Amino acid sequence: MRGWPGAVAAAAVAVLLFGPLLAVMARGGSMPGLTSADWAAVRFTVSQALVSAVFSLGLAVPVARALARQRFKGRGLLVTLLGAPFILPVIVAVFGLLAVFGRGGVVNNLLAAVGLPTLSIYGFWGVVLGHVFFNMPLATRFLLQGWLAIPAERFRLAESLRLPVFRVLEWPMLRSVGPGVFMVVFALCLTSFAVALTLGGGPGATTVELAIYQAMRFDFDLGKAAVLSLVQVGLTGMAAAAAGVLTVPEGFGAGLDRTVPRWGRSSRGLDVIVIALAALFLILPLGAVVVRGLSGLTGLPASVGWAALRSLMVALLAAGLTVALALPMALRSRGRWIGLLPLALSPLVLGTGVFLIAQPLVNPTRLALPVTVVLNALLCLPFAIRVLGPAVDGIEAGYGRLATSVGLTGWGRLRVLLLPRLRRQIGFVAGLAAALSMGDLGVITLFAGQDHATLPLVMYRLMGSYRTEAASGAALLLLALSLALFWVFDRGGRVDVDA
Amino acid sequence: MIRSLGYVAGLCFCATGAAAQTPVLTIYTYDSFAAEWGPGPAVEKAFEAVCGCDLQFVSTGDGAALLARVQLEGARTDADVVLGLDTNLVARARATGLFAPHGVTTTLNLPVAWDDPVFLPFDWGYFAFVGNADAPQVHSFKELAASDIKVVIEDPRSSTPGLGLLLWVKEVYGDQAAQIWADLADNIVTVTPGWDEAYGLFLNGEADAVLSYTTSPAYHLIAENDASKVAWSFDEGHYMQVEVAAKVAGTDQPALADQFMAFLVSDGVQSVIPETNWMYPAVTPVAGLPDGFSGLVQPEQSLILSPDDAAAMAPAAIEEWRAALSR
Repeated sequence: MRGWPGAVAAAAVAVLLFGPLLAVMARGGSMPGLTSADWAAVRFTVSQALVSAVFSLGLAVPVARALARQRFKGRGLLVTLLGAPFILPVIVAVFGLLAVFGRGGVVNNLLAAVGLPTLSIYGFWGVVLGHVFFNMPLATRFLLQGWLAIPAERFRLAESLRLPVFRVLEWPMLRSVGPGVFMVVFALCLTSFAVALTLGGGPGATTVELAIYQAMRFDFDLGKAAVLSLVQVGLTGMAAAAAGVLTVPEGFGAGLDRTVPRWGRSSRGLDVIVIALAALFLILPLGAVVVRGLSGLTGLPASVGWAALRSLMVALLAAGLTVALALPMALRSRGRWIGLLPLALSPLVLGTGVFLIAQPLVNPTRLALPVTVVLNALLCLPFAIRVLGPAVDGIEAGYGRLATSVGLTGWGRLRVLLLPRLRRQIGFVAGLAAALSMGDLGVITLFAGQDHATLPLVMYRLMGSYRTEAASGAALLLLALSLALFWVFDRGGRVDVDA
Repeated sequence: MIRSLGYVAGLCFCATGAAAQTPVLTIYTYDSFAAEWGPGPAVEKAFEAVCGCDLQFVSTGDGAALLARVQLEGARTDADVVLGLDTNLVARARATGLFAPHGVTTTLNLPVAWDDPVFLPFDWGYFAFVGNADAPQVHSFKELAASDIKVVIEDPRSSTPGLGLLLWVKEVYGDQAAQIWADLADNIVTVTPGWDEAYGLFLNGEADAVLSYTTSPAYHLIAENDASKVAWSFDEGHYMQVEVAAKVAGTDQPALADQFMAFLVSDGVQSVIPETNWMYPAVTPVAGLPDGFSGLVQPEQSLILSPDDAAAMAPAAIEEWRAALSR
């Protein structure tokens, strides 16, 4: 496929990303070198991101495999919940996690009850635990997509020939999907800041993103912020290159677009244990968020309703824009890497750059919501490309030559061949984008005026003025709305796929 | 569907812009000041009743984010008044050259002398560790370091209370500050990016105490009828936070801005500060302070560095703090 729309989308994304970065650089003037404290931050950032990504992916493989193999009541709900930690505002998820692993949490209460010494979560492993909580469920969702993309016919064939399913089907799928997922999680952990600092227990857990925040807010050293931002881009770029080298394209060929209902009946016991543990790891902290939020729901100020409406609007528009940008880019294999770049850029730098560009032309406060939509769509793009890209490749590999030979090109090819087979992925991408934008706190804070507060911003403002209970209520509302959005899109993408 | 969404979007995106006839006074401030439960709405209503103008708040994060925004906008800023910088940001704000003298001569009731011609205090408070009333308390940093009490603090690189704590320790211990931080390391559960996270962790039971203000217990007492929180009184004295406002030199509403600066330290504003911003008003209200404020810790010594000293000392003190706690 030629795909000029893809080229246009890629060019637009490149401009939207590098324009703001250049604006920050230009305004910063000089480009200072890194201090020893900065290098310490780089070392910590890379090491925690590596370990977090290894654990997230390592744990996601058995969970995704078990979920792909088993059908049970509540499976759909559990799969939806997998999206939850990732879309919550960081601090809400951290509080949920602490209700389980913190000083007065469930785990320590159990340990104390049986007379064992209690554990402290704070430190390097606390950071890893936090990042695994955020990213393991996401990695599971990505891998699950991979499993579901293996045609059902292949499983049947492998079973009837008594071939080892793992070696002939699952391992090749992991080699094709795994490196990319690892890279996404690694990049996400690279730009983490509040989780790392809060659970890290002290300034030893300083990440590059915190150094950027400090340069931006406390020292107003834009040159320094730009340099640190380039360091992040470089690190993510290296990770992306490594992932590219490690990726081995799969070659399952095409099937009849059916997912396999069940295979490997023999090891049900192990799957059940894996799923139960993953569910507990997910549901206990989320349950704490829900329990805490219930009492706060009644004390919510009226402005929360408007803020929720604004957030929903931002989420829907961002989801639409994400798909509109990602689909053409995914259809074209060249230039896809540009779509992965937003992972590397600090939202704070991005937002500041847009602010610098916009401010001479228009009052930035007026742009609060449109900018939030555009930048969030941009930030969701890496996930969208990660999901849609391999799916398009698979379809083209399976049906591409046939479609070309019957003269199916352009719009017709998209409508007849690609869109029906991408429905599940598009639904997932739109759901993820909507939910992520719903919880945005990075971009909106820079632009919002009195009348543009979104739900997460109102939640944060409540927290910042002692209203902890109302803030918990707002957090619960945010969780419920985000999950509902995610569910609707994700569900919409899966309707009668199994027919 | 798409059409109606676009309609809603248009409505919400462009809802600002009416009322072009009345002059608009734009005030940049931090989030919790402009919030509907903060002082903002009362201040807006009272000022609009006397000024014949439209007062609009634009709020951005905390004090540091506020100054960063003004610096980003530079001389082009729409702000007429900037409200909510703290002492440690004043030197940086002054260096921008964006602010003009306020000309207000009202006598202030601060525990320390303040005669800055540009930056006018509107409220102030003492930093303090806040803990539970039924738990052990300590009365100095050394006592805290020797105890096994766990506290949560804010990062001085991203939060103004965090920076206040850093300067507090530096002011009391001078060259020994690094040693104090090293001794405190095992008492510090964790360091958070901002006050919100730290206070939340404390309320969730993750620490015995949190770095906050002596006035924090008043919130729980007055708003929640809860007397279970207390601030620890430190014998070494307490570091102060003074919050200031300043008139923007390039304002297109100089007369309104001047009127507002004088209004800010009048009783109409000062009397709402205690129970909305939970700080001490810069001028004691005619009716006195609310009852909940009477039982608060009264430090014997008020510590504060001049804005220039604070700015000069901060970078080295942050590096000392980082090195001592990273070990």
